[in-house]
Amino acid sequence: MNRETSNQSTETRDKKIKTPFSIAMARLRKHRPAMAGFRVLVVLYSLAVFADFIAPYGFDNEKRENAYLPPTKVHLFYSGKLSKPFVYLCKQEFDHFYRRIYKEDKSSPYTIKFFCRGDSYKILGIFKARVHLFGVKEPARIYLFGADSRGRDLFSRILHGSRVSLSIGIIGVGVSFILGMFLGGIAGYFGGKIDNIIMRLCEVVMMVPSFYLMLTLRAAFPSNLTSLQVYLLIVVILSFIGWAGLARVVRGMSLSLKEKEFVQAARACGISHIGIITKHILPNLFSYISAALALSIPGYIIGESALSLLGLGIQDPYASWGNLLSDAMAISEIQRHPWVLIPGIFIFFAVAAFNVLGDGLRDAFDPHKTMSK
Amino acid sequence: MKAYIIRRLLISLPLLLAISFITFLFIQIAPGDYFDTLRLNPQISEETIKLYESQYRFNEPVLIQYFWWLKNLLKFDLGYSFTQKNAVSSVIKSRLANTLILSLASLIFTWLIAIPLGIYCAVKQYRWPDKIFSGLSFFGLSIPSFFLAIILLYLASITGILPLGGMRSANFEGLSWAGKILDILKHLIIPTVVVSLAAIASLQRIMRANTLEVLRQRYILTARAKGLPETRVLYKHVLRNALNPLVTIFGYHLSDILSGAALTEIICNWPGLGSVMLTAVRSQDMFLVMGTMLVGALLLILSNLLADILLAWLDPRIRYE
Repeated sequence: MNRETSNQSTETRDKKIKTPFSIAMARLRKHRPAMAGFRVLVVLYSLAVFADFIAPYGFDNEKRENAYLPPTKVHLFYSGKLSKPFVYLCKQEFDHFYRRIYKEDKSSPYTIKFFCRGDSYKILGIFKARVHLFGVKEPARIYLFGADSRGRDLFSRILHGSRVSLSIGIIGVGVSFILGMFLGGIAGYFGGKIDNIIMRLCEVVMMVPSFYLMLTLRAAFPSNLTSLQVYLLIVVILSFIGWAGLARVVRGMSLSLKEKEFVQAARACGISHIGIITKHILPNLFSYISAALALSIPGYIIGESALSLLGLGIQDPYASWGNLLSDAMAISEIQRHPWVLIPGIFIFFAVAAFNVLGDGLRDAFDPHKTMSK
Repeated sequence: MKAYIIRRLLISLPLLLAISFITFLFIQIAPGDYFDTLRLNPQISEETIKLYESQYRFNEPVLIQYFWWLKNLLKFDLGYSFTQKNAVSSVIKSRLANTLILSLASLIFTWLIAIPLGIYCAVKQYRWPDKIFSGLSFFGLSIPSFFLAIILLYLASITGILPLGGMRSANFEGLSWAGKILDILKHLIIPTVVVSLAAIASLQRIMRANTLEVLRQRYILTARAKGLPETRVLYKHVLRNALNPLVTIFGYHLSDILSGAALTEIICNWPGLGSVMLTAVRSQDMFLVMGTMLVGALLLILSNLLADILLAWLDPRIRYE
């Protein structure tokens, strides 16, 4: 009963506005996988935004003697009694084969403190802060996902790295979409010589295996760049490769749109070319573009990761999911510290979430498709 | 048809020229060159380097260097690779074969699995096999190839069934010819699976959608109405019509595989074009970069052409004049 009334109320509300956009959004909300993907993305992006606060350590806080320390066990029972969650101090020793073994020092527990003071960081790059969501008192350390080769906390580094990996997708896609839509729109709308030139340019980019192009572009710049420069460079490289495919599709669509009556009417009204392109043609491409946006972000995330994995992208000590995974490139070593694979799982989840969201968007905006729940 | 192929090849010539020129420019922009690394080696005298530089026209203006490279290209001379200490053409020849082996294996593997799977899922639409494979194909689309490669190699290192990357075992030379082939096949499994998985996933989805589309057509209804057995309907009527749109994708697929193979080659240590490109780019081995880029682009152009020809051959409605 309750549900019916709420359905009715949404229907009446829909009747008031019911733009194509609101219909599509309502359809999207019913698309369960897409909404699940959307929620995963909300979680991942909030982790990235609040990385400084949530991560117990800074990205470069190292403790060499803790190299490859396994994930810290969080205990709840101290001498048989339930207590606040705590960890033990872990120590590293070598057995008679000179293999590392880790021992918990059971003499004294270190309770996990919430909202405690730790490494300092800056909020929005201005305010200094030292509060972290959780942490333990030195000399004990809490490694939720284990430690890397220099005894840095992998969990903290994944959070800090997510800022690079997740933002590069958005920014890279933004740049190449603006480029692709602009050039593709112009090519399709004006046709003739401009069309010819832009399309030949597209072909040049598309006819090179993208990975080779990525490598060559990276090599055109010096290797000793600062982390910010490398970041911008990766954005430029990925957008340079990505715009061509989109430009071709947008060109085709605007080519067919410009023959439509409403565009001819707009032209007869004396609206400028730019006005027609931005007000009449591009909005009609919106449905295609929103889905294509979500579906192409994974390519950028993977591109950044691949470059960083090969040591051509973000460099140590700065973190990105790709360069964190480069610890796993020594295959025969993984068995000793399998937690180095965790960054890859994060990449997988981010990519998967964008893929389902993109699928959902495409279905939601497709007027010919009836939605299956 | 012949005229069409010739015209297409002629059109791609300026494209290749443009690609090679842009590549050349990018390498020129890059700070330093291979000789800077040579200069760090105290065993090589400055005179030798000077000699090298004049031999390969490094001291002349950029455009002249480019035209010199082009002129040699007409004689099928791609220049000399400083890092591999060999002519670029012979380096590429051996590496290209390996890349083609991997790409071909992936292509066959992909189509052999994806097409039956797509049809099967369409026939079983919304039932549990369809749901399971849809889930799996989603997984295949989302897992990055490098991560999959690392995981498979890791599993191989634990179980010891498959070799850990590379193309040949250490005792390769001592094997019989059958043993040699078996050895390479063994090394081929992981990279092939890695390159194919995403392709299988997307192709399976497309094939499923195509089959569903064809199953709705009236002629299928007719075929069933006149009492044809279901297998005959599937193989004679559905399969052929559902397969048609896939041919258009074939060319793009091939280029995806070629590009995707590069990263997989590097991680699996497969000695193909991708890994040679990485070392060439890293050490600024100019002629090798140019050569690899050119061959890569040529492969893509040829695969797209092949797709168009196949399409015309399969679909009688299409005529290229």
